[in-house]
Amino acid sequence: MVRMRSLFAAVMLASIYSLLMAAIFVVLDAVDVAFTEAAVGAGISTVLMLGTLALTTNREKDPAHKPLLPLLVVTITGAALIYGTLDFPAFGSPDAPVHSELSRRFIEKSGEEIGIPNIVTSVLASYRGYDTLGETTVIFTAGIGVAFILWRQRRRHKRKGGRKT
Amino acid sequence: MKHHLIPRIVARLLLPFILLFGLYVQFHGDYSPGGGFQAGVIFAVAYILYAILYGLAEVKRFLGDGIVRFLAALGVLLYAGTGVASLFLGRNFLDYSALSEDAVFGQELGIWLVELGVGITVFSVMVMIFYAFAGYHGIGDIEELED
Repeated sequence: MVRMRSLFAAVMLASIYSLLMAAIFVVLDAVDVAFTEAAVGAGISTVLMLGTLALTTNREKDPAHKPLLPLLVVTITGAALIYGTLDFPAFGSPDAPVHSELSRRFIEKSGEEIGIPNIVTSVLASYRGYDTLGETTVIFTAGIGVAFILWRQRRRHKRKGGRKT
Repeated sequence: MKHHLIPRIVARLLLPFILLFGLYVQFHGDYSPGGGFQAGVIFAVAYILYAILYGLAEVKRFLGDGIVRFLAALGVLLYAGTGVASLFLGRNFLDYSALSEDAVFGQELGIWLVELGVGITVFSVMVMIFYAFAGYHGIGDIEELED
């Protein structure tokens, strides 16, 4: 995928990768996340990226210089991040704070406080309602942004065409 | 893709089921995986599939640019409005217990409303982005503009 110059193949590979990630999330019992990954990552973002390719081109230009400096930066950042995870509790450890405090609170209390069986929905929509409001606003802003960029150019194009005739 | 008969027929057969599944994910999110976000995406995918097969002009007769923009704002407004409503009913912002006499029912109602808001916004933003891409004439036009 790194050496690939065909952007169409890159989009398809990214989509397949998303689908595999969704399968991994199912294995990890995170069904809600898997659902989102399959619908958004493998579904709609592929469609939108293909739409972008239709507007631009489906071959990446050859880089003007060797990507050695970016590679160095990425390696150092990645090493720092991996070093940071060394302090984490072991993967799946029952003693991790997230399992001993928060999860237990949600599992024990969300049924009587919120009254719906899907704890994920209770957490997303009620306990973390601010987060979800922010996410919705982000999506709204992103849509407005894309639409503005493309509308403006289309309108300018129209105006130019009008002057010609 | 007007001349591709088989995709058109298959899509026409599949669309009702995709839309029904979207509704199920939206309104059954309290009990099973899913919620407004996923439902909005599924709805948008069904709509975009129809648009790809039958042409942009065909779907724009049903949902024009203006309606899509209005819906995108309406979803966010519904979400934030639910929060403000609970603020005016004497509790914190987005504390849905204020929406009803029974605190638990208030929570359920609030979640239903905000999930609906999320679904509407996600659906219409995806459709809006698709309209912007599909209605655009291509990079050649941009290069022409730069000259």
